[in-house]
Amino acid sequence: MNILVCIKQVPDMESRFKANGEGVWYEETDLAFRMNEYDEYAVEQAVKLKEQLGDAPEVTVLSIGPDRVVEAIKKALAMGCDRALHVRDPAVHLKDPWQIASIISGYARDKGFDLIFTGMQSQDRGSAQVGVTVAEQLGYACVTTLVGFSYADGAITARRELEGGVKGVVRMKTPALLTCQLGLNVPRYPTLPNIMKAKKKEIVTVPVADLLKEEPLAATTGFYPPAKKGGGIVLEGDVADMADRLVGILKDKTAVLR
Amino acid sequence: MKALLICEYREGKLLDSSYELLAFAGKLGADSAMVLIGDAVNVPRYGGTVYLADAAGYGEYNPDLHKQLVLAAVAQENPDYIVFQHSSYGWDLAPRVAAKLKVAQISEVIGINDDGFEVGCCNAKMRRTVKPAGAKAVLTVQAGAFSVQGEPQGTPNVEKLEIAGTGSVEFVGYEPAEAKGIDLGKAEVIVSAGRGVGKKDNVPVIAALAKALGGELGASRPVVDAGWVEHSHQVGTTGQTVSPKLYVACGISGAIQHLAGMKKSDFVVAINKDKDAPIGDVADVLIVADVMQFVPALTAKLQK
Repeated sequence: MNILVCIKQVPDMESRFKANGEGVWYEETDLAFRMNEYDEYAVEQAVKLKEQLGDAPEVTVLSIGPDRVVEAIKKALAMGCDRALHVRDPAVHLKDPWQIASIISGYARDKGFDLIFTGMQSQDRGSAQVGVTVAEQLGYACVTTLVGFSYADGAITARRELEGGVKGVVRMKTPALLTCQLGLNVPRYPTLPNIMKAKKKEIVTVPVADLLKEEPLAATTGFYPPAKKGGGIVLEGDVADMADRLVGILKDKTAVLR
Repeated sequence: MKALLICEYREGKLLDSSYELLAFAGKLGADSAMVLIGDAVNVPRYGGTVYLADAAGYGEYNPDLHKQLVLAAVAQENPDYIVFQHSSYGWDLAPRVAAKLKVAQISEVIGINDDGFEVGCCNAKMRRTVKPAGAKAVLTVQAGAFSVQGEPQGTPNVEKLEIAGTGSVEFVGYEPAEAKGIDLGKAEVIVSAGRGVGKKDNVPVIAALAKALGGELGASRPVVDAGWVEHSHQVGTTGQTVSPKLYVACGISGAIQHLAGMKKSDFVVAINKDKDAPIGDVADVLIVADVMQFVPALTAKLQK
């Protein structure tokens, strides 16, 4: 079995964001980057499957971006992926989801991957398109929003999350692509021995120009904070004082406190 | 300008949220037609054309077949925009249709401006405007972003959609939501715990405030996924939609899925260290403080 996991490195979402010089994405200075949360579930699921099948499968992790993304790749290797492809692209933020998907499918097309795992979306752009588009470009069966997964004899049973706590259960054969949702599993922390082992694993780097053959289908024309609605009261300062004031406001404005 | 609106049908019913697509078409100033993979009994009230395929034959969830049905309607209608809801159905199907047509797909549209379509990003902290390169585009629209102005009227002109084929994904069935421990939908006061609460051991502090206010404990998704609070307490698109008189969000940043579940609350208090957190935009009162310092102080005042 041959498995591919696609990961993205994103800023910590607790960060403060401001527009970059081009005005179409965030300024990276001062941001701390980590593996996209949804992709951690994808890595974990791939490694779990490898363990289930007795270490026979090979798990390749792929990430597109500037040199800093190697840190996320190293984490995936330390979690148990076997080898890595870094598609070096200092301007990845200017690519649209169609191009990102084309880079991935351009690499995967002749490699015979039985399964591809991706996160269901990235935390920064959140388009939720790349995984599905890769599947379409490769002609793979595809299921999104995966919250349950089992595999036996080339057949997959998957649970996908729908609205209001309802799940949809589906079956498909390989080759397939699955996009992973929060709650699918509990991603492991890399142990020190595995971090040491990961240092010996191969990371192949290719320039993005080798894989990208497509023009963008959409462009970002602006990046800005949401308009503040205003009108809300903002309280800051001493905790006891704020609690007093809030009780006063609740008595005044709601029927909850008498 | 023409928009083809892809409605949703589940377990024998048209989802009401399908009407939000009409509100969006109105905002675009586009003429519309609908696609529904459902049944003839549940055809929406609507004054235009409905392309109808029989869900009994094609399945309620069969992405390959649904893609082909939508493409068949696209071929007949030649719309400028193909519009889905940004839902488990829409985000699954929209990129498939866009890829086949090789046109832009723009996800989770919340507004329209002169430069393109406005979408959220960075966990709802920022916005982007995205413009399709070509004339045609596939869009998914955020739930609640375009509100329905009254029930649509009229009897549609129904056109049957038929395709031949099979799909690569076999639908087995639905699993119902876990038996509900509590029905937050009826609660007058909800005090919800978010990731900012820090750890499971701190949840009782939030529950104590809920009790002091005579309300129920709610939670955001990360708190439920971490196992700190049971799923039946979850507020948001994958949990419960609530409309209490008072909603207190404790350490909740305000991801768009959470906001969609609680925005019908009459009065919202948010407690958050981050003054810029998106929850601040929907809060009537934003308390800028550490939840674990402020909440016990407030509970103590209320218990006096």
